[in-house]
Amino acid sequence: MPDPIHQFEVKRLFPLEIFGVDATFTNSALFMVVGVILSFGLLMYASRGRSLVPNRMQSIAESLYEFVAGMVRDSMGEQGMKFFPLIFTFFMFILTLNMVGMVPGFFTVTSQIWVTAALALLVFVIVIVVGFAKNGLGFLRLFVPEGVPIYVLPLVSLIEVISFFSRPLSHSLRLFANMLAGHITLKVFAGFIIMLLGAGGAASALAPLPLLAVLGITALEFLVAFLQAYVFTMLTCMYLNDALHPGH
Amino acid sequence: MTEPVTTGTQVPTGTANKVFPPLDPTTLAPQLVWLTITFVALYFLLKKIAIPRIGGVIEERQNRIQRDIDAAEKLKDEVDTAMKAYEKSLADARSNATAIARTNHDKLTAETDRERAAVEAATNKKLADAEARIAETKQKALASVGEIASEIAGPVIKQLTGKDVSADEVKRALNPGAGE
Repeated sequence: MPDPIHQFEVKRLFPLEIFGVDATFTNSALFMVVGVILSFGLLMYASRGRSLVPNRMQSIAESLYEFVAGMVRDSMGEQGMKFFPLIFTFFMFILTLNMVGMVPGFFTVTSQIWVTAALALLVFVIVIVVGFAKNGLGFLRLFVPEGVPIYVLPLVSLIEVISFFSRPLSHSLRLFANMLAGHITLKVFAGFIIMLLGAGGAASALAPLPLLAVLGITALEFLVAFLQAYVFTMLTCMYLNDALHPGH
Repeated sequence: MTEPVTTGTQVPTGTANKVFPPLDPTTLAPQLVWLTITFVALYFLLKKIAIPRIGGVIEERQNRIQRDIDAAEKLKDEVDTAMKAYEKSLADARSNATAIARTNHDKLTAETDRERAAVEAATNKKLADAEARIAETKQKALASVGEIASEIAGPVIKQLTGKDVSADEVKRALNPGAGE
């Protein structure tokens, strides 16, 4: 049976060192570059007509734009729109890499914990920087919910602090685990087909069953690929909203 | 999650102490470097080029729609104004017509009244004259009644009593207060 973990191996394509840091160009880096080119290229190609009445491709580009813009406006209000380029970048980056990973044989960058952790930490740092820059020490009101009786306030604040600092963990693990689990499941079920066929006889007759399962899971994984990009972006919006309005 | 977790179903590949690839710490640095490069690149590509382009198209469309709505509203206002002007001139014409009709009516009524008054005055005058004439005739007639009575009284008394009564006596008897 083929190794279901093999697909997550980072292969070193050509060695590189920048300021003493290991910057080897890996297959992961290759697909990051592919993702950037694809997401930017498709957006540019789709909007090349700049027509007042959009064609199908332009509608998709505009829908993505409006989708993220709607998310930003709904969670942060109009003043959150200055974060729109950042949020849109998060969404397009993760969505494209998730979708690219669905192509058989392609590397799924978002199934690497270092990548999702770095993205989640970036959000975490931005929230803290923006929070203090906007509200000064008032940002700490985030940990002191209003209307809580004074005798349970220490406990509630403690919980708030813990939940705040566990955000990057859940934020990164959610995306990582979803992509990882989905791809492992696909590989395992695909492996079953080969095993059953290889066994011959009555077992081979059962081979279509895992094939059907793979079909279903593939459809599900496309949904998950989109959904996790959406969830990551949505959470980023909500965390940033805390930085803008810590009192709420 | 290291090797023991995943070895259950796989054929040993020879590198027995291999870590779980997605968590391999040796890939941290190169992946972070390239993640930084690609993410920052995508951020600036989207922020400087793609977002203004797509946002511009959307904004232009909204502006166009807004312009069309504004134009439609302006036309509607013009229609409203024209409609008001039309209604006003209609009302003016109607009130003018009413005024003209009223003055005509008033003039005709006044004329009729005058004529009727004149006719009535003339008729009244004739009536009064006739009444005066009747009264005069009646007066004369009534005055003659006394004379006739006294003229007839003498012969009637003579026939009844055989006494000859003078006209003056009869007159006095008929008109007791007249002699005094």
